[in-house]
Amino acid sequence: MNADPRGVLSGTHFLDGDHACCEGALAAGARFSAGYPITPSTEIVERFSSRIPTVGGTFIQMEDELAASIAIQGAVWGGAKAFTVTSGPGFSLMMEHIGYAVMTETPCVFIDVQRGGPSTGLPTLPAQSDMMQARWGSHGDYSLIALSPNSPQECFDLTITAFNLSERYRTPVMLMMDEVVGHMTEKVVIPEADKIEVEPRRHTKKSPAEFLPYEPAEDGVPEMVHAGEGFRFHVTGLTHDERGYPSMTPQTQDKLVRRLRSKIDGANRQIGLYEAEGLDDAEVVVVSYGITSRVAQRAIELARVRGIRVGKLRLITVWPFPEQLIRTLAKRVTAFVVPELNLGQVVLEIERSAGSHAHTISVPHAGGNVHRPEQILDAILEAAK
Amino acid sequence: MQLTEIRVAGFGGQGVILSAIVIGKAASIYENGFATMTQNFGPEARGGACSAQVILSDSPILYPYVTRPDILMVMSQEAYNKFGPELKPNGLLLIEQDLVRVSNISAATRVFSCPATRIAEGLGKRMVLNSVMVGFFGAVSKALGVEALRSAIADSVPSSFKELNLKAFDQGHDFGLNKLTGEPVRRDLEDVMTTINA
Repeated sequence: MNADPRGVLSGTHFLDGDHACCEGALAAGARFSAGYPITPSTEIVERFSSRIPTVGGTFIQMEDELAASIAIQGAVWGGAKAFTVTSGPGFSLMMEHIGYAVMTETPCVFIDVQRGGPSTGLPTLPAQSDMMQARWGSHGDYSLIALSPNSPQECFDLTITAFNLSERYRTPVMLMMDEVVGHMTEKVVIPEADKIEVEPRRHTKKSPAEFLPYEPAEDGVPEMVHAGEGFRFHVTGLTHDERGYPSMTPQTQDKLVRRLRSKIDGANRQIGLYEAEGLDDAEVVVVSYGITSRVAQRAIELARVRGIRVGKLRLITVWPFPEQLIRTLAKRVTAFVVPELNLGQVVLEIERSAGSHAHTISVPHAGGNVHRPEQILDAILEAAK
Repeated sequence: MQLTEIRVAGFGGQGVILSAIVIGKAASIYENGFATMTQNFGPEARGGACSAQVILSDSPILYPYVTRPDILMVMSQEAYNKFGPELKPNGLLLIEQDLVRVSNISAATRVFSCPATRIAEGLGKRMVLNSVMVGFFGAVSKALGVEALRSAIADSVPSSFKELNLKAFDQGHDFGLNKLTGEPVRRDLEDVMTTINA
């Protein structure tokens, strides 16, 4: 279905990534946000709180991130599309409720504008050091989706994608921004509402008598109902059966947890978004995401001038990880070069997927800035030796 | 539009950020090029020297930060002292004439000064000095077209201040053109400090 025009600020704008992200949420149909604003993500909800009264919806500044991350889930079960916004320290506090959203299959979006950590770290400076936390931060076995934009335009576009994927797969989706992307200002084109595709909620067409709240459809995703519609349902973080009743048996646990993982991992092809260039004859492939991918692009261009066959693989979807793609590439390239604004996180997945077929060279950076292109170039030269 | 790195700097409250937004908008929206603007956040951005950076290009901009600006536009002495040394040796230095004294500068640097605050005061609102400086920038740098810059100003300021800002822009622009052609400036806009020193 198309976007609701009330939330779409069509036109050509000069916006920073945070503001573009807010416009993406509004265009995607988000009408509820709860937050405990934190630098460098504050501008997203600041804009949302001033825009939402005219669009029709609610923003609540909560007492902390735990409250914010669960209030949005209440809103979703009440029928709204909802999201929360944070950065490192707040993201840590939201972990329990990310697990709750996974377990209750609550479609919602978490936006993390990453800054340097651990702890309060570098409030105003960039990092990409929450990538593994996004994947594994909550307890238990699960899979979820994480996207990584590299420009204000993508902050708009991928926020819509994040909402759409969350509805399609009934899962929390992480939008992993970083301080540079959040605070940089560039041209952002917002299309007309009828050009924006919005995924509707997977609302059941069954009658209350037939409806089972956690009975999966063919793709492993159950249909949903909202509070007050006359259906009997139960939302719980406890292991539950298809009726939603707690069922503490190994069999129910096995069936549920495997389904929660496979509905995401099994749809990797549909969820996976990548930008690839020059992979066909590449000897070295630079794998990057977010702001680092722009710096990597310059390094790739510098290396090509020197006659090195360098390919580019930009992960727009970081989780689920494109294991199969890396495995295939590993059989024909010499090495992967992986720059990240952390001391080596996603590189571990590349190393694991490449196995013994190709070398993996990490280009770590503790955060606070972006790489110099020369740092990445040096690693490419090293890899091509 | 070749790759041009620009830094705008001054006191907080002089409209530094808005100047950078106007330049970026003019390039990316009204001239269909590419522009990336970043600004300094953090404790160093609160009070004292305030700075914004814009990169202009006719192809997508990859590296987001300005390293060696081609153009430095400064509106305070502190900003000049801090950012002056990073200007490219043959770069273009635009200064607020009454607020910045230039020293230790490469002979290749092209320096142009504009009494933007006094021009703005002449229009009745000191706060439009940034639009004067943007007009001056447009005339002297020729990096962007006049109409693109005027459209970007009209689009970036509150509608009640649109006319005033456009007037400020035009006066800054005229002042810049006169500087280039060596036309005598209005006596009331002469460089006070230079006159005293002479």
